[in-house]
Amino acid sequence: MALSQEEVLAIARLARLQVPAERLPALARQLSGILEFVAQMNAVDTGNVEPLAHPLEVSARMREDEVTEPDRRAEFQAIAPAVEAGLYLVPKVIE
Amino acid sequence: MAELHHLSLAELARGLAGGDFSSVELTRACLQRIEAHDRKLNSFITVTAEQALKQAAEADARRRGGDAAPLTGVPYAHKDIFCTRGVRTTCGSRMLENFISPYDATVSERFNAAGLVMLGKTNMDEFAMGSSNETSYFGPVRNPWNTDCVPGGSSGGTAAAVAARLAPFGTGTDTGGSIRQPAALCGITGIKPTYGCVSRWGMIAFASSLDQGGPMTRTVEDAALVLNVICGFDPRDSTSLERPPEDYARDLNASLKGLRIGLPKEYFGAGLDPAVADAVHAAMREFEKLGAVVREISLPNGHLSIPAYYVVAPAECSSNLSRFDGVRYGHRCDKPKDLMDLYCRSRGEGFGPEVQRRILIGTYALSAGYYDAYYLKAQKIRRLIRDDFARAFKEVDLIAGPTSPTTAFKIGEKTSDPVTMYLSDIYTIAVNLAGLPGMSIPAGFVNDLPVGLHIIGNYFGEARMLNAAHQYQQATDWHERRPAAFA
Amino acid sequence: MNWETVIGLEIHAQLLTRSKIFSGAPTAFGAEPNTQACAIDLGLPGVLPVLNKEAVRMAVAFGLAVNAQIAPRSVFARKNYFYPDLPKGYQISQYELPVVARGSIRIAIGDSEKIIGITRAHLEEDAGKSLHEDFHGMSGIDLNRAGTPLLEIVSEPDMRSAKEAVAYMKAIHQLVRYLKICDGNMQEGSFRCDANVSVRRRGEAKLGTRCEIKNLNSFRFVEHAIEYEIQRQIELIEGGGKVVQETRLYDPDKHETRSLRAKEEANDYRYFPDPDLLPLVIEPAFIESVRESLPELPEARRERFMTQYALSPYDAGVLTASQELADYYESCVKLVGGEAKLVANWVMGDLSAFLNKEGKDITQSPVSPELLSGMIKRLIDKTISGTIAKKVFELMWAGEGDADQIIEKHGLKQVTDTGAIEKAIAEVMAENPTQLEQYRSGKGKLFGFFVGQVMKKMQGKAAPDQVNALLKTKLQP
Repeated sequence: MALSQEEVLAIARLARLQVPAERLPALARQLSGILEFVAQMNAVDTGNVEPLAHPLEVSARMREDEVTEPDRRAEFQAIAPAVEAGLYLVPKVIE
Repeated sequence: MAELHHLSLAELARGLAGGDFSSVELTRACLQRIEAHDRKLNSFITVTAEQALKQAAEADARRRGGDAAPLTGVPYAHKDIFCTRGVRTTCGSRMLENFISPYDATVSERFNAAGLVMLGKTNMDEFAMGSSNETSYFGPVRNPWNTDCVPGGSSGGTAAAVAARLAPFGTGTDTGGSIRQPAALCGITGIKPTYGCVSRWGMIAFASSLDQGGPMTRTVEDAALVLNVICGFDPRDSTSLERPPEDYARDLNASLKGLRIGLPKEYFGAGLDPAVADAVHAAMREFEKLGAVVREISLPNGHLSIPAYYVVAPAECSSNLSRFDGVRYGHRCDKPKDLMDLYCRSRGEGFGPEVQRRILIGTYALSAGYYDAYYLKAQKIRRLIRDDFARAFKEVDLIAGPTSPTTAFKIGEKTSDPVTMYLSDIYTIAVNLAGLPGMSIPAGFVNDLPVGLHIIGNYFGEARMLNAAHQYQQATDWHERRPAAFA
Repeated sequence: MNWETVIGLEIHAQLLTRSKIFSGAPTAFGAEPNTQACAIDLGLPGVLPVLNKEAVRMAVAFGLAVNAQIAPRSVFARKNYFYPDLPKGYQISQYELPVVARGSIRIAIGDSEKIIGITRAHLEEDAGKSLHEDFHGMSGIDLNRAGTPLLEIVSEPDMRSAKEAVAYMKAIHQLVRYLKICDGNMQEGSFRCDANVSVRRRGEAKLGTRCEIKNLNSFRFVEHAIEYEIQRQIELIEGGGKVVQETRLYDPDKHETRSLRAKEEANDYRYFPDPDLLPLVIEPAFIESVRESLPELPEARRERFMTQYALSPYDAGVLTASQELADYYESCVKLVGGEAKLVANWVMGDLSAFLNKEGKDITQSPVSPELLSGMIKRLIDKTISGTIAKKVFELMWAGEGDADQIIEKHGLKQVTDTGAIEKAIAEVMAENPTQLEQYRSGKGKLFGFFVGQVMKKMQGKAAPDQVNALLKTKLQP
């Protein structure tokens, strides 16, 4: 499975990663190499195998509906790149 | 007091308890060694000297007050993937270069509660993605046995620090071998417990269904003592297991008579350095002398573990790392012109090349039209791999083999081809896919570089693994060898 | 040309839990920005979700109420996309295996009824909010709402008109409020809806291309938006164009829907099971305990009102519109000790009119069931007449006390003294000789005039049947 540079750009956009043009050929090559390697999986027939999403097949534990978290906005926003009036700032969101 | 750094954890605990030395003295000795030697290794990203001495003084006071836990006052090196409140937690990334965590990981909390002393945060592959510690934004770590070589990864900083005796022990995390492979390459002991034993709360996620924290120590006994501190149920982690606490040191001295060890024949094929194979076989002879029965077993789907892993882990990571978007914390690009630009540049600048490769592979594997062929296929193979182990553990108590196909390689040797690098985890990855416990212990040298013996246990079989490994360390002295330059 | 409309709704109901679906932060509405967003809601590195049991209970309660299947095992998945109000870059939702599947609900449209299928209902987390006030050309993000539990209720494309869609939405709204799993507050966004609308030529089996309309947070908007959208699609097709599958936003100010193409781009959510959350397993015992705690549901209560109180389907429907109203009604009937129809008339009549006028709901009524039933009792025992009762009600509403106090204070007691009534009749007859003569010469319609005059003279306090009877004899020539 070889990825074209255009495909790599499309994936990068979906993943919100800026890829400089000069890195693109090498990146396409490397990703194609990984996919080719991964394609070894196709050699085995898994027709009637159930997928295993989690190593331990146990079920979810639930918590009681209790408020346990106090307001820590000041601490949390001390590490934020841009805040004003208690809000996180981002370039204009257009709906 | 010059020799404090050679003492094992068990010895340090005895010394502190007996008043032979104080935690402050011990901590100072460790900080001095870091000061003197770490420039050659780059094993720490952040050294928290001031806080360490304060914690040490508190530990001493606690001990005087008669309220000490077994490891109160013992210093450790903490992998920079564990959140530590008020202390920078970088995960080896530019993305978190200035991230001061507002909360503690459960593992950090448990150390604090037990009165241990954090020396600093250790270097690592960026977001734990790497097998050589070369992907760190903070520069590569060097192997104390040969500073031209890598220490392994991703917990390479801790491995190097412990091997060079800069810290009595340290923490690691293991998603595909990130505790065991660097432990092997640096000649120390490292254990990845059964998935769900160590809380993942506050451990920055790489691949959630595979990640597990664990200790990196000089001896097996030390590893058992640390497991006693860090293991246990945590209601904040949905994947944490509700089990009664156990004493991991309880069986250390049990006899190995009749212990059945399986040696997977698939592990001894192409790619394995024959000298490493020899060391493993020599170790098996040692186990036989101790009364164990070694036999060949088969794990027929083992070769598929790396392909499956390089779908599952990137898929999970592509999603786990989406939160790093330059909005609430972490790196944000300068003057974003719009939302798309904010995301793409912040992430493009904040993540290094390996992290980006994995995000891209994972994004691709989950995207419309490819999900079944990649992600679902890998999950099915994951079951085959787990079933292989289940069959094997009907016949044997433990599985053994090499931790890594080679000893430590040269810095830069494998950076040009990601797949070559991935292959250095060929023996460790299957264990994560299955969620089993695995460990690496020193088992010899090839060209003055350590060889690691990999021991895999059944679910919750930590005590049995530790028993076997401890008995081996009673009969051998590989774990006591020290790198000459850091004596 | 004859067109058929096909509508399916996706309703998002915020669940009334105290804490969020995956964190212990509070869910209350209206707090200062970001003061109810904890480490988990902010998606700090290393944090992990733990599922709120109450949210699961509420989802199961809904499932049972619509006779749906409760999945013994359901899975939380991540829906991956980047948006500033989505802190983790993914929304935890349920995708392939939802907790509730295949239910239905009955709706009434005029006199007819219809069953609407419910494809599924699944648990998920709400997102935060982007505030578009201008911060030097930037938007502000408030994550208080992030992580609030939502039940997304997806209907089958069973509705054929905007009216049906509204009836369905109202039925679900009523149900979630009966179940006390959602407050149904549409202004605050705790109950909102997206509509999938398509049109096809009547008789055609294949569905037309659909558009999804977002941002529908009132019944009126749902109706207007769907009607606009139906018209737009029909005109488009009749003009030779084609409907494009897209998301559209309803603009209540302009009464129109418009395309949201910008957000549509690269719509690949890359769903996969959330590795931080294990599968949700619901044991039969849990389902049974939820079933036992279910309240009487709207449909059952309506049926019961019809049989127990002999109410018409319409009256029963109105009185069971909300649990609070139905409770109010039933406690009045109980306090009065019968006269269910009379009580119904008062609740649906004067009480509802006063509530409407002041924009209050039944829980805010200044006239309690005790007050209303006290007054109705005086009506039944003829202490007051119906006319006076209206006055008493008005005074109770104004807070002047209970019916007895008001009757006493204002002297509103009905006059049953024959002498007094006869005196008034005599006066009226003397004052209106022309009308009397007309009446006596056969203009029987004037009887009402005399009743009115007598009542007026007696300030409405005369017992009406007595007045009638006495007038009948006195007016005879």
